[in-house]
Amino acid sequence: MPEDILVDIDDLHFAYDGRPVLQGIDMKIPRGKVVAIMGGSGCGKTTLLRSIGGQLKASRGEIRLGEHRISQMGQRELYQVRRKMGMLFQFGALFTDMTVFDNVAFPLREHTDLPELMIRDLVLMKLEAVGLRGARNLMPAELSGGMARRVALARAVALDPLLIMYDEPFTGLDPIALGVIGQLIRRLNDALGATSIMVTHDVQESLLIVDYIYFISEGRIVAQGSPAEIRASSDPFVHQFVNAEADGPVRFDYPAAELRRDFLGAAGG
Amino acid sequence: MAILLFSGVAFRRLHLTLREIFFSGVLSLLIIVVSGLFVGLVLGLQGYETLQRFGSTEALGVLVALSLTRELGPVVAALLFASRAGSSVTAEIGLMKATEQLKAMDMMAVNPIARVVAPRFWGGVIAMPLLAALFSAMGVLGGWLIGVVLIGVDDGAFWSQMQAAVDFRYDVLNGVIKSVVFGVAVSLIAVFEGYDSVPTAEGVSRAITRTVVTSALAILALDFVLTSFMFRGTS
Repeated sequence: MPEDILVDIDDLHFAYDGRPVLQGIDMKIPRGKVVAIMGGSGCGKTTLLRSIGGQLKASRGEIRLGEHRISQMGQRELYQVRRKMGMLFQFGALFTDMTVFDNVAFPLREHTDLPELMIRDLVLMKLEAVGLRGARNLMPAELSGGMARRVALARAVALDPLLIMYDEPFTGLDPIALGVIGQLIRRLNDALGATSIMVTHDVQESLLIVDYIYFISEGRIVAQGSPAEIRASSDPFVHQFVNAEADGPVRFDYPAAELRRDFLGAAGG
Repeated sequence: MAILLFSGVAFRRLHLTLREIFFSGVLSLLIIVVSGLFVGLVLGLQGYETLQRFGSTEALGVLVALSLTRELGPVVAALLFASRAGSSVTAEIGLMKATEQLKAMDMMAVNPIARVVAPRFWGGVIAMPLLAALFSAMGVLGGWLIGVVLIGVDDGAFWSQMQAAVDFRYDVLNGVIKSVVFGVAVSLIAVFEGYDSVPTAEGVSRAITRTVVTSALAILALDFVLTSFMFRGTS
């Protein structure tokens, strides 16, 4: 594997109860880059992210993180590798019985023997990076959606991970919070020298901050490229997605019987 | 099995288990104390009424103490514990699952069974016998209040007959064993239902219902089995 590739996915297949979700995904994520995985709801992008994190086992294919083969690891090895990963969940997944400070301190307390004074300094540095040092004593229930996402981001980078994964980081945010999270993703990635994979369907925000984009539809990669290439793409799927068109390769109508038959056919059918 | 395998953390970092003893045990004190007192008051009234027919009201202390230590203490305390603490443990773990907190923990290389489930299990197992003992003590106090203070049964006879008739090993210890078994059963059901719940509002609500219903049935069934082994009328 070339030195500059951090995550290498080779012919990945995954199925839920026999229903194929991922069908032969090949992907290379270079070190230091922010890469977006886009696609409609249910296309398999979150499954792909969970597979990279080792939370789901692929039915075929391989995922490598540096020299580690994620798809063939037991839980003990996986936990060792996950210390090098950070993940931001869709709604933050903050621990609701802990303060903002304790949430960010959680991975440090669990995985290091650092004295509490040093943990305090590290937590405050991480919170300062996301602009929430002053909110350290608040409980998650007291935070807005955007603030909760920023705290979760500080927690995800608490151990200075090699790889940061984002599952729909922009969902449910107002335009200001959305812009803030977008900028933080880019800034933290560059400041930490990390690599980021972001699953999202927010095209406009993503085009501003990412280095490369993969489009997934029905478990397959259907298009890929840099933001400039994506904007200029004539691919019908990319065009529909980027311009948010209701109909195109992704159909507006759910498959159904012919309209005439439903209205003029057997009554009560 | 997984709970036992990952119980090391619950004892190495004792504050995690102590916190759960607080939530399951200390916060259940009020319901246990009040219920124990009322059960004792009712036992005192009913017991006096029955014993009066046979002219042996001095045996009221024995009746109250034996009923409580052998049966009512462990069983009623366990039923209350399942409703108060068991349901809350299921709800907490279920909601942590529904809001992806358990997944987040797992992604941070922290085993949720070791960090969340095992301390709650052991917290319940430790708290349950203490609550049952307190329930019985409050029940005896209730029986004394009704029998001795209100009705006028002889104070000395009440306590001395109780002391003479209640055997520590045969009555008290067997009651404690029952409460430990009920504690294991209720805690296991509560953490399992929470961890296994469908991660939706409806799923968590169903899991809580299952915890209370399954626990109640398990307590009553186990009580029958344990009683049939423990008390075979040796005297």
